[in-house]
Amino acid sequence: MSSTALSFDTVATESVATPSALARLKRFQTPIILLGALLLLAITRTFTPEASGLTEPLIFSTALLLAAPIAITGLGGIISERAGIVNIGLQGMMVMGTCFAGLLGWHYGPWMGLVGGVIGGALAGALHAMATITFGVNHTVSGVAINLLTPGICRYMASVLFAGKGDDGSVTNSPTMVALTKYTLPVLSGGHIGSWQSPDVLGRIAEKKWFLISDVAGLFGGFTKEISAATLVVLIIFPIAAYLLWRTPWGLRLRSCGEKPAAAESLGINVIRTQWTAVLLSGSLAGLGGACLAVDVGRYIQGQVDLRGFLALACVVFGNWKLGGVLAGSLVFEYPDAVRLVTFGKEPRSLVFVGALAFALLAIWSYSRKNIREGLVVTGLTAAALAWFTFSKNIDAKLTATFPYLITLLVLVFSSQRQRPPASAGITFRKGSS
Amino acid sequence: MKRVVSSLKQQLGPTMLAFAIALAIASLALIISGHNPLRAYGAMWDNLNGTSGIITVINEMAPLYVAACALALGFKMNLFNIGANGQFIFGALMGAAAGAEVSLPGPLHVLFIFVVAAISGAFLAGIAGVLKVTRGVNEVVSTIMLNGIAGGVGGYLLRVYFRELGDQAAHTKTLANSAHLPNLDRVLSAVGFHIPKNTPLFSFPLFALLVGIAFYVLIYRSRFGFDLRASGINPSAARSSGVSPKRMIIITMLMSGGLAGLSGMSTLLQKQYEYGDRFPTQLGFTAIGIALLGQNHPVGIAFAAAVWAGIEQGARGLPIVKVPSEIGTILQGSLLFVAVIVYAVTLRSSQAKAIESASKRMAAGAGDSSSGSSGLSGGSRASLVAGVTP
Repeated sequence: MSSTALSFDTVATESVATPSALARLKRFQTPIILLGALLLLAITRTFTPEASGLTEPLIFSTALLLAAPIAITGLGGIISERAGIVNIGLQGMMVMGTCFAGLLGWHYGPWMGLVGGVIGGALAGALHAMATITFGVNHTVSGVAINLLTPGICRYMASVLFAGKGDDGSVTNSPTMVALTKYTLPVLSGGHIGSWQSPDVLGRIAEKKWFLISDVAGLFGGFTKEISAATLVVLIIFPIAAYLLWRTPWGLRLRSCGEKPAAAESLGINVIRTQWTAVLLSGSLAGLGGACLAVDVGRYIQGQVDLRGFLALACVVFGNWKLGGVLAGSLVFEYPDAVRLVTFGKEPRSLVFVGALAFALLAIWSYSRKNIREGLVVTGLTAAALAWFTFSKNIDAKLTATFPYLITLLVLVFSSQRQRPPASAGITFRKGSS
Repeated sequence: MKRVVSSLKQQLGPTMLAFAIALAIASLALIISGHNPLRAYGAMWDNLNGTSGIITVINEMAPLYVAACALALGFKMNLFNIGANGQFIFGALMGAAAGAEVSLPGPLHVLFIFVVAAISGAFLAGIAGVLKVTRGVNEVVSTIMLNGIAGGVGGYLLRVYFRELGDQAAHTKTLANSAHLPNLDRVLSAVGFHIPKNTPLFSFPLFALLVGIAFYVLIYRSRFGFDLRASGINPSAARSSGVSPKRMIIITMLMSGGLAGLSGMSTLLQKQYEYGDRFPTQLGFTAIGIALLGQNHPVGIAFAAAVWAGIEQGARGLPIVKVPSEIGTILQGSLLFVAVIVYAVTLRSSQAKAIESASKRMAAGAGDSSSGSSGLSGGSRASLVAGVTP
């Protein structure tokens, strides 16, 4: 007994003794990581002349456009998993979102298209909730079934509702809908106020190529220029969701269902109803993610989602089941693709250099914590990335497409000890089972 | 064998129920879109019924069966290998590329390609296994990531290294005749069974049959299979009885990946003779559904694969009656979705029954002891144990 008390004491004093500066730093985790990433990009940009456009506003705005559907779907994944229901079915829910968005968007305009996506996703979410919560099907099994079922539903819907309809509807795509408006922030990024075209301050700073300053300007310029309304909706939902999940009793109840549902029930929380709500919300958000894809392109196309639902799942893991993490993850995942698109496949090579820099930092950190084995492995990875950078002329688009998966796998390998998924995610809860 | 028959009888009811509900859902979809369900099903049946229809089903169910068995192997010990699709793609690509580079006599050439494909698939799955054992990475997530990586790296290798030049579509070099799997037509006609010329019966289904038998023997009749099932049902009990969970995970992952890598051999060595853009891209995902539908049992999976391929073949006849053939995918998807629900509900109710009967016996036993006899009698204790394990 005394020994446990002793060890408890040492632990307690240690955690008190470590300066709270670290804890204070932790509150600014996201900005610090963001700045660090920009620093890496700035260094790369300075040392590899051919990659000078790595932090242009256009690249960041493209990355944001690509990241938004994944981010919002990842948010859906978080809500579901925080309530204890693992959601592999995100992919299928996104697919339903694209299809319903194509249908409603074509008939009633893009805004209704977004609403349609939410409806379609919620329908798929209801299926997942019914199977996992009401009937106790294994969560992974139900998710897989939904991923197989939904493309079938959409293909049938398309063959009945789209084929030969409108101007250009066919079995594989819906008729084209009206485009959504794009917004640009005035004064800072050159948006219009009335008929006055304001100066593009951030864009001009970005052009100067000042170390780090231009890169920060590029980031903010990209995030405030030509933003699609669908992306804007996504960006507005995030702070609302953060507030609801972490600052309200409703959010606490929802999260308690994912940590210890039996305890939650004993406090009078209706676990079944909470989980149903969470999975419906999760489906709606994933459907909205699919709708973003459809609305930004202007129509539903079969296979449009590709594997983005799984990418969103990777984001959830990458982001350690936190909102900021998912947002950052989706940007990290889509940034290489944005670079490839904007530079016509020329510059992804320099991203390998960025990776090498990141590995080098990680190696130094591992050595400083006296974790020699991990340090050696990461040093090896640094060397491999540098060698790849030196000896390759160009990196194929097919390979840049694997970067998100590689990054997630590496994050899992090196931080699986620090990962903290909801304790009861994946376990079926039965009423009165406490 | 008796046990297989009795367990099949138990499974028949729920499966038929699931099928009926799925049919009802598909009919509803048909009625809403203004088609006559009976006419649609009639057309499907017409396309299925007949020698060439049945042979197509057999040919198409074989790769699904092999891939589903690969997955069921992992599912049996609660190891969710979602990455079968990547393993299938990678195995087929590597097999095609390596097979085009060597020249060997007939059976050896085929064997060589089989070995390369199996090793490639096993390598990919092995990564997930090693990561799970050494770093505790959840295999569902890591195999999904490996799917993405395999797809990208495979596409890159195909476009840059393995591609046959001078052709617009990317594909590997066409395999020599020695690497083709034989058709069974001649064997069949020797037995006096004539089949139409344009639909040959592949020999890959024979391989699938062998896989099924090996699966049954390995899982239900070997020490390894017992360990595997034990690790799935109760990991801590398995560990304390001397089963090394790490070893089980690695071996199962390797076997599962290797078998998944072989599932592309039917298309590669009997149909297309090259790996390219025309190769199926979703087989590994479909196979997950088939393994689930067949409840991870070799016989169940065979039925599931047959039904799946049957619906597919039937749906090809739908355009004749002007019904969109996509209703087939609705039928398949809803069958799977309803089936997993029905299975879960039956499992719950059978568990509840077992617990109820066990507690009844317990109460009866307690009554015995109070009336003077010493505790549970040997017989009732045995029946108690029997009652708890369904």
